[in-house]
Parts: sequence; C-alpha cells; structure tokens
Amino acid sequence: MVTVSDFGNYETAWCPGCGNFPILDAVKQALVLCDLAPRDVLFVSGIGQAAKAPHYLNANVFNGLHGRAIPVATGAKLANPDLAVIAESGDGCMYGEGGNHFLAAIRRNPDITVLVHDNRVYGLTKGQASPTSPDGLVTKAQPNGPLSSSFNPVALAVLMGAGFVARGFAGMQEHLAGIVAEAIRHKGLSLVDILQPCVSFNKVNTYAWYQERCRVLPGDYDPADKDLALRTAMTFGDEIPIGIICRRTDRPPLEDRIPALAPGPLVGRPLDREALQGVYENYL
Amino acid sequence: MPLTDMHIMIGGEAGQGLVTIGRLLSKAFTRMGWHILVTQDYMSRIRGGHNTFSVRVGTEAPLAPRQEIDLLVALNRETVELHRKDMGPGGILLADSGFAPAGDGVISVPFEDLGPRKMENTVALGVIGDLVDIDAEVLRRLIRETFQRKHPEVIDENLATLSAALAWARGIRPAAWDGLSRPMEHEGKRMMLDGNEAVALGALSAGCRFCAFYPMTPSTSIPLTLIAHGDAMGVVVEQAEDEIAAINMAIGASFSGAPSMVATSGGGFALMTEGVSLAGMTETPVVIVVAQRPGPATGLPTRTEQADLEFVLHAGHGEFPRAVFAPGDPITCHDLTVCAFHIAERYQGPVFLLTDQYLADSLRDVSLLDASNADPVVSGAKEADVSTPYRRFAFTDSGVSPRLLPGKGSHLVVADSDEHTEDGHITEDLEVRTKMVEKRLRKLRGILSEVVPPVYEGEERPDLLFVAWGSTEGAVREAAFHLRREGRSVATLVFHQVWPLDPSRFLSRLEAAGEVVAVEGNATGQFARLIRRETGFAIKKLVLRYDGLPFTARYILSRI
Repeated sequence: MVTVSDFGNYETAWCPGCGNFPILDAVKQALVLCDLAPRDVLFVSGIGQAAKAPHYLNANVFNGLHGRAIPVATGAKLANPDLAVIAESGDGCMYGEGGNHFLAAIRRNPDITVLVHDNRVYGLTKGQASPTSPDGLVTKAQPNGPLSSSFNPVALAVLMGAGFVARGFAGMQEHLAGIVAEAIRHKGLSLVDILQPCVSFNKVNTYAWYQERCRVLPGDYDPADKDLALRTAMTFGDEIPIGIICRRTDRPPLEDRIPALAPGPLVGRPLDREALQGVYENYL
Repeated sequence: MPLTDMHIMIGGEAGQGLVTIGRLLSKAFTRMGWHILVTQDYMSRIRGGHNTFSVRVGTEAPLAPRQEIDLLVALNRETVELHRKDMGPGGILLADSGFAPAGDGVISVPFEDLGPRKMENTVALGVIGDLVDIDAEVLRRLIRETFQRKHPEVIDENLATLSAALAWARGIRPAAWDGLSRPMEHEGKRMMLDGNEAVALGALSAGCRFCAFYPMTPSTSIPLTLIAHGDAMGVVVEQAEDEIAAINMAIGASFSGAPSMVATSGGGFALMTEGVSLAGMTETPVVIVVAQRPGPATGLPTRTEQADLEFVLHAGHGEFPRAVFAPGDPITCHDLTVCAFHIAERYQGPVFLLTDQYLADSLRDVSLLDASNADPVVSGAKEADVSTPYRRFAFTDSGVSPRLLPGKGSHLVVADSDEHTEDGHITEDLEVRTKMVEKRLRKLRGILSEVVPPVYEGEERPDLLFVAWGSTEGAVREAAFHLRREGRSVATLVFHQVWPLDPSRFLSRLEAAGEVVAVEGNATGQFARLIRRETGFAIKKLVLRYDGLPFTARYILSRI
C-alpha cells in the first residue's frame, strides 16, 4: 500500500501560509487514494511558485518552461500511456503563457490531469495581474486594476466539452484531495482549477474571502448535465460552487484514438524490420 | 547522337497535374535504370500561378540542376514565354496547338484530339515517353499503380489516352531528334526519393517513434511521410497547435523514452528556440529538421536558401552543446538523419538537420534500402548500469550522465529547466551551477570526436578550391568537373556536418589551395564567416545566391 510518507516531506521556497502547502498535501493524499506509487507518476510543471510543487514530493518530474507543461505532458503520455501524467502549474503559466496549449489540450483530450494553482496573481515575479485577476485588483503593474477582464477557465473548459472539470479550494484540503483523485482516475483530460490564496500579493482573495463564499456542490448535483455545469461554472461571486462541476465519459482519450498505440507504449518497442522493408518498397 | 544528359522541363499552372506527370516520368526513368535529379519551382498557391517540374536525366547521376532545357513541355502559354529562351541547341518544345509558336523544334500537340481535357497530363506523358524512348509497358504499369488506390475507375480511360498519345507521337518525331542514350544495367532495384522522404525514412530506420509538427513549407512532407507509414511502423505523429507545442511535445515524448523529432522551416523554428534551450538544459535528445526557405519573416515560402545556418547555430538562450548536419542529397539526408538520432541519444540534447527547399523537393534515384541494415536507437540507459542513489545528472568525465526513463524501473527520474543538482532538483548553489555548466559543455568533446569530416575531392595543391555545405554540393562538384575538363586545377571541399567543426580535418586543405571560393545560398557568406571564426582562415572569394533558386554549375562558373 502506498502511503503519504512515500511521497516525502521537503523544505520549500514558499511564503509561510502560502496556499501551495495544503495543495501539495492534498495532491499526495490523492495519489494515495489512487494507489499510485511515486514511480508510476510523472509530474510535468512549468514556471512559477506553483510549478515548484513537484520538486517537493517523490515522483518522476519534468519541470519545463513557463507555459509549456501541457505539451510536454502530452508528449510524455503519448510515448508511455502507462504513466499517470499530471501537469501542475499556476494560472499565469497555464492560462496566460500556455493559453493556446490549454485550449488545444481540451480539444485533443489526452489522458492527463491538469492541476492549476489559481491564486489570480503572478507570485514569482512579485504581484502582477494574471489572466484570472479580478477586476479592480491594483498592482504595481496595473495601478488602475487590470485592463483585461477576468478569465474563467472552468466555464471555458465546460463550454469546450472537457470531460472532467472541477473547482477546488486550497482551504478545504480533504475535499480537494478527493477531487484530485477523481481527476486522476478520469480517462481523458481533467482540469482542476484550485482556488489558492496568495498571502503576499493578493490581498483581495484571501482565505477568509474564499471561506465565506465556497460552497460544496450538493450530493444530487448532476455533473453530466452540461447546461447545469456551465451555469455552475459561471457562478463566481458571493457564492462559489466547488466540486466536480462537469464529468462526461463520451469522448475517448487521445491515446485510444491512435492506431499506432494499440499494441502498447511506444517506449522500448523493437524496430519491425519487415514492415520497414515494406515501407521502402513503396518507393520503387 | 542520343543525349547522355537531358533536361526536361514541364511547365504549367498549379492544378494542371504537372507534378503527377513529372513524378510518373521520373519514376519511369528510375525503373528503366536512368539516373534522375528533379527540381521543382512552384508558387505559394493551390491553383493557377506558374510552376515548373524539371527532370535532369542521364546515364550518369546528374549532380545539380541545369538551366539549358532539351525538352520543354508547355501546358500553358506562360511556359513558352518564360522558358523558351533557356532551350539549348536542338531542343524541342512541346506545346498545345492552341498556343504553340511556329518554328523549328516546336511540336504542336492537339491535346483535345488525343484525350479528354482532364487527361492532358496523360497525353503529355505519352508524347514525352515516346520522345525519350521509355517502354510503353513501364508507363502503363505506372498509370495502373498510380490510380489503383484512389481512382480505379479512371485507369482504362487513362491507358487509352496514353496509347493514343504514344501512337500520335510516333508519327511526328523530328528527324533531328536522337532521343536519350539507353541506361546502364543496374544491379538491384532502385527507389525514387526526395530529400524530405529520405529524412523520414532515415528517421523510421533510426527507430523514431514520435514526431510533432505544425505545417510549414518546405518541411511538411517529412511528417506526412511519417504519417503515411506511422501505423505500420508504430510512430505517433501529432499536428501541434504551434511550433512551441511541437518541440515541447517531442521533448516530453523523448523524456518518456520515445526517440523524437520535429520538422519545420525558419519561421517555425524561431518559435521553437526556447525548446532548443530546454532540450539543452534538461539533456533530452531531440532531432530538429530545419528545411530552409528564403527569409526574413515569411520571405519566399516555396523557394530555396541557405541563410539559417547562423540562426540554427545560435538558437536557444544559454550555452549548451549541439550538432548540426547538412545533407547534400537524398541518400545523405537518410544517412545523416540516422546519425542525428544516434548523436542526440548518445549526447542527450538537440541535434539539427539543416536542409532546404531545393533538397526537400529534389527527387533522385537511389539503391533500394535494406531494412536489415537499419540501426535503431536504444533509448535510455540500463537500470543495472546506474549506481544508487540514482542521479540523473551525475557529474561524469564525458559529461554524459546515464539517462533512465520514468516509470521503466525502480528509480525516479527528475529533470528541470532551472539549474539543478545532480539529482535533477532546482538549485541556486553557484558551485553546483558552475560544475553543471562544465558537465554539459564537456559533451561537445564527444560530439567532436564523432564529427562527420568534410569530403575532399581533387588534387593535393589545387589552384582553386571550392568550399560548399549542404545541398550546394552537387552544383559545386559539377562546376569543378567542367573546369577540370578545361585543364584547370580544381578541388572541392564539401561539409555535411557544419557544427561542431574540427579544423584538423580540413584547415590544411584550405591552406594548400591557391584560391579558396566559398559557394553558399545566402547573401553574406555565413559558413565562410564560421570557418574564419573557428580557424582564423579568411575565405576572400564568395559565390552567393539568394534569389530563391538553387545553384547550377553555370551560375558558379559565370562568377569566378
């Protein structure tokens, strides 16, 4: 049996009280819930404070470039679908720099889990607006508030037909762990947008602010109802519904739609010389 | 006297099927044992415009394209207007009766009488086939093979049209036209490949398992060739949302253990540069094909140039080793692609193939490849060969650290784009940083020890030495051949790997020559500048071309 201690406990570069801590712990709990050992998991991250998270647990890790976690994760999954691949980064990385990859990945539907630490601000570069920054958030770079309106990744993912879309809250670790575990189990792309207070640079969306607003979805909520999912995803104000907002299994994952992957992972497959000779003979 | 070396140009609008005739004709030549070299000149559009498909065919392998035309086939009036001036003495112009000019050597073809309008390319094939003495049965078989898969219903009509054209052509053959010399007998079968197909087949034989791409002329037919054979060979090819995604996907797949590649041209490669640096830092093997076209920016999308050498040499921030191969023809495209996969795997980083539009689209005949000679890459090290605790970036004398694959053993594999410790985790320890830079750069010594040396041809102390790289090779060798025939003392030095350079393999050749001339498809002499930087040897005379067309021997000879 896998236990939380298998994933280790490391010193971090995060501010005391940072929302990343409970997220890291929830992710470890989720891996235990899925009975995934460190060697079975590959974390791919980008750049930012959230992107450091995979360094603070035991697993295979590829910490790549800002915005590029999803394409690396997609390639890694295609090469070896036996790996559980988790792309983990912040809102600036996934929705800003990596926005085009985010859109393409929802359409492509690889069986990867996308965890976004959404603190609605750039932390590592010290507090500029991010795509999810709320209207009116004053920063050194946006002294009059952001000039662009706030991006709703959850609504967008629902609208684009993503199979698994969830919103979690760093302040509700057990609930978050359950969502992340379900996201990992989902066959196809799963998105968990994790509301995360930034104690240093976002003085608006604090723990208290979220605690007042976050409401766990009721037990009879039907995540397969797309219209309901979209309404729920669009609800972000005095009340913020959290949980699995949308869940559908009607789209097979990318890997299942590629004939070359039918015999198994690409990794370690021997060269089929007879097939190669057949290829050559097409050019006679 | 029948010609031993003939240049046939077919000209027409896009959509008239000239590539279909050109390829059928080239394949017929190949099957009958002639040697071919095809160049294609097309405009960046799907219909209309003016395009040409040129086949240089001979009893000896042609080295480069040639300007003088022996047989000009005009499917449109523009072909007559633009290219008749390039016809050599005794040449023949085949043109539709509707616009065929009067004069000697003009064959006016009544296309409408010989077959339906949509089969005018089959008529042209028949008439050309008769003029160059291709066996009618070879043409018939090719027509059947070509249409078998997609349009079997048109085979009979095409065969009837072909017969009508052959019969008609037999009656009008000019007395002064002696046709083409019969080819030599070859041992074994011959394939017809262009540069891009050869790169793709090289990748397959090297065990490539993953390719990501964003379509960009002139590189696109590399992934398309891989896609055509992907299911049979077990290769995943994904069209990415942009070139940034393409190289990051390839790096991800390679990290997982699939030998991986990307193919693009200059503008797309510009987007990939951060990924090049990522492959350098995370020590992930990746093969990057840059099929050059004229820039800057969108430039001339369908023409050729060699102006991205310095770009590829320096692309990617920071310092890390790389290798850059520059094949000169389809067979070197194949062989150097195999080499690129092995160097990428052995030294764990980005390795480049620098080709260009001319080479990408240039068909040649080559001996049938033998799959039993294929040399596939083995990804990653054996778990038994690493010490515990496993450190992905362990400091070693060679700079190469054993690369395990995630999920394929008991060890965890950690890689980071940040500076990292031996176990792959982010660090700002500046001593570790210094050692890690040195470890990565030490790999260049190994790459250098395996460098493909330049090919020297000619006498030891020539009056004139041509220096060329990549696809310029053929024209330079042909120019040297002409000069030698005139009694000049000439040698050629051709580079198939342009980075790293090992001066001990060529500097003495430069110093021994009376005059050194660098021949490059760019406006500033980038390779000559690189040689000067690396050796101090200044090549003073440059023959450059940057009008979008490939070099010919005549172009070079008229400039020295």
